[in-house]
Amino acid sequence: MTTEETGYNFAYLDEDSKRMIRRAILKAVALPGYQVPFAGREMPMPYGWGTGGIQVTASVIGPDDVLKVIDQGSDDTTNAVSIRSFFAKTAGVATTSRTAEASIIQTRHRIPERPLKSGQIMVYQVPIPEPLRWLEPSEAETRTLHALKEYGLMYVKLYEDISRHGTIASSYDYPVEVFGRHIMSPSPIPRFDNPKLDRSPALHLFGAGREKRIYAIPPYTPARSLDFEDYPFAPQSWSQVCALCGAADSYLDEVVMDDGGQRMFVCSDSDYCASRLEKGGRTQ
Amino acid sequence: MYVAVKGGEKAIDAARRLMDKRRRGAPELPEISLEQIREQLGLAVDRVMAEGSLYAPELAALAVKQAQGDLVEAIFLLRASRAAFPRFGYSLPVDTAAMRVERRISGTWKDLPGGQLLGPTFDYAHRLLDYRLARTQKPEKSVESAESAESAKSAESAEPEAGKPPSTPVPTHAGAAVPTHAAAVPTHAAAVPAHAPTASAAAHAPTSTTTASATPPPADEESLPDCPKAMSVLIEEGLLELEEDDGREPGDITRQPVDFPLDRPERLQNLARSDEGFALALAYSSQRGFGSVHPFVSELRQGAALVEFIPEELGFPVVLGEMEATECETVNQFKGGGETPPVFTRGYGLTFGRNERKALCMAIVDRALRAEELGEEIKGPAQNQEFVFSHSDNVEAAGFVSHIKLPHYVDFQAELSMLRQLRKAKQNDDRGDRI
Repeated sequence: MTTEETGYNFAYLDEDSKRMIRRAILKAVALPGYQVPFAGREMPMPYGWGTGGIQVTASVIGPDDVLKVIDQGSDDTTNAVSIRSFFAKTAGVATTSRTAEASIIQTRHRIPERPLKSGQIMVYQVPIPEPLRWLEPSEAETRTLHALKEYGLMYVKLYEDISRHGTIASSYDYPVEVFGRHIMSPSPIPRFDNPKLDRSPALHLFGAGREKRIYAIPPYTPARSLDFEDYPFAPQSWSQVCALCGAADSYLDEVVMDDGGQRMFVCSDSDYCASRLEKGGRTQ
Repeated sequence: MYVAVKGGEKAIDAARRLMDKRRRGAPELPEISLEQIREQLGLAVDRVMAEGSLYAPELAALAVKQAQGDLVEAIFLLRASRAAFPRFGYSLPVDTAAMRVERRISGTWKDLPGGQLLGPTFDYAHRLLDYRLARTQKPEKSVESAESAESAKSAESAEPEAGKPPSTPVPTHAGAAVPTHAAAVPTHAAAVPAHAPTASAAAHAPTSTTTASATPPPADEESLPDCPKAMSVLIEEGLLELEEDDGREPGDITRQPVDFPLDRPERLQNLARSDEGFALALAYSSQRGFGSVHPFVSELRQGAALVEFIPEELGFPVVLGEMEATECETVNQFKGGGETPPVFTRGYGLTFGRNERKALCMAIVDRALRAEELGEEIKGPAQNQEFVFSHSDNVEAAGFVSHIKLPHYVDFQAELSMLRQLRKAKQNDDRGDRI
């Protein structure tokens, strides 16, 4: 299938590459949280700008899919616009900004506020797939640690955080244990979003293009944010509500209003905010 | 206010258009052609092909033009195109010993079969800005170009002389800056700056006394003397470690996931497409003592090699074409001890096009990366294959480094509230201490 406008195959990648990536995805689904190496291709966007997610999306998308792309929770950030138009052009698929209408949601750094449904696929862009990377730079070493389920390093790090700061000082990319086996990086989502991964009805696929790894959390799979009994995991919370829609349950972006230090807090998830406003939420 | 975070397709389009306008530059100047880039910025084209992992001079020239001379960007463009090309199969191994050499030097032998052939190189040029190049040479026959055409002709007529023993064993660097086809196409030579047309034919003449007298003067490029590998002398004497085909199918880092530790073929594939600056820094660090590889250049050759391919339906090799390449072989410290007598070890570099610096660096880093295999202590980054492999690719590196230009509002917000929370907790603690 070739789209006439571009001269490239449907969704850009050739079918052989897609099949190779789908095999990696199947393996990732079979081994929740395990990082499957795959022979990533160069994409026409720079590494670090979502090439892993783009390859995963290109491999699972079909003509009937409806695609939503967000970056920082918003459909309108430059990179989200760029990736969405890439698939609109190369695959000719329908796109949407509405979480409820999307069958595939490619994201960077956020999970939508609206609960995901069964049948939806979340595709994450992952910069550093290895949760142990900051503790052990060698890939050969970290793969061995995963194989042996030797996660002492990680727990020592969390313990040191507590002894130094009184709390686990990871605010994003907060590691989870998937299906009681692998420790996994949820990609740099804020820890506010971590609970949304646990037993989610959606399929969550993670693509790291530069590091050439794919991993997954299948639907309804436990994903436990790491913690200690006496220091339980807690997501971020705000004393403010969204200044636009009044939501008290969403992740808020802080916007600097003037030189005098005025701040405004608004929903990071632009679709969530807009749909609340449509339904007659608070307006300004 | 909130609108500021919206990029919008219009703004993106405008940014692209502005960049294209900058590419074109002053519209009253003629647009640069791909042929001009390929012919006159050939080393840029070669670097883009080498690191872009695609031998396609026209496409590389297009990439250089489109990237406005940003070679890392051009390499990225070529690499991304390459990824979308269908793959028909693998060529036969390129026989570099049968290369039609344009340049060939050895740092280990004063003279050797095939001779020292300086060829086109900056090596012997004084690095002075040549102000004559600042003037555009007109392709039409102006007085000046007629002169240079004249001198090129005289050089051509002097060609038979060039084959005779020169007065000194090492010839002048004349001809070094002249394209080798200058002698064959005198009109072409007219476009060449006037400073160098002397004896351009010497570029292809054997340069040492002995070989020059032993071989007939080359009438054209086809009749160059055989140029066996400089290494072969050492191999015959058993002084050099033997490298034989073990029959194993080499991996392909562009098609298969990699798994550390990597075999040498995979490491070499990675080095061949690695960033030249990175390879240079690693090679340098190794020579300075962070890994202690300070080799001899047994041979550096540059020229054209045949690429052959066996189509499945034919079952016999057909020549696809000629490919310019640069190859470097180094001889290094001994290995051996115990039962085995000591031998020299080897490093290998091979790149598309004329890429001497890169081929040399590749050979040094290749040897440094063999530390583990040869039982050497790993002291420097150039010896650490995971370090080298994971950071050598400038498409990967440039992408990841530049991605921090993307919005990170969400994570920054997370850090901000974390920091506020920690500071608040600290203040409360301090207050508690005081009470």
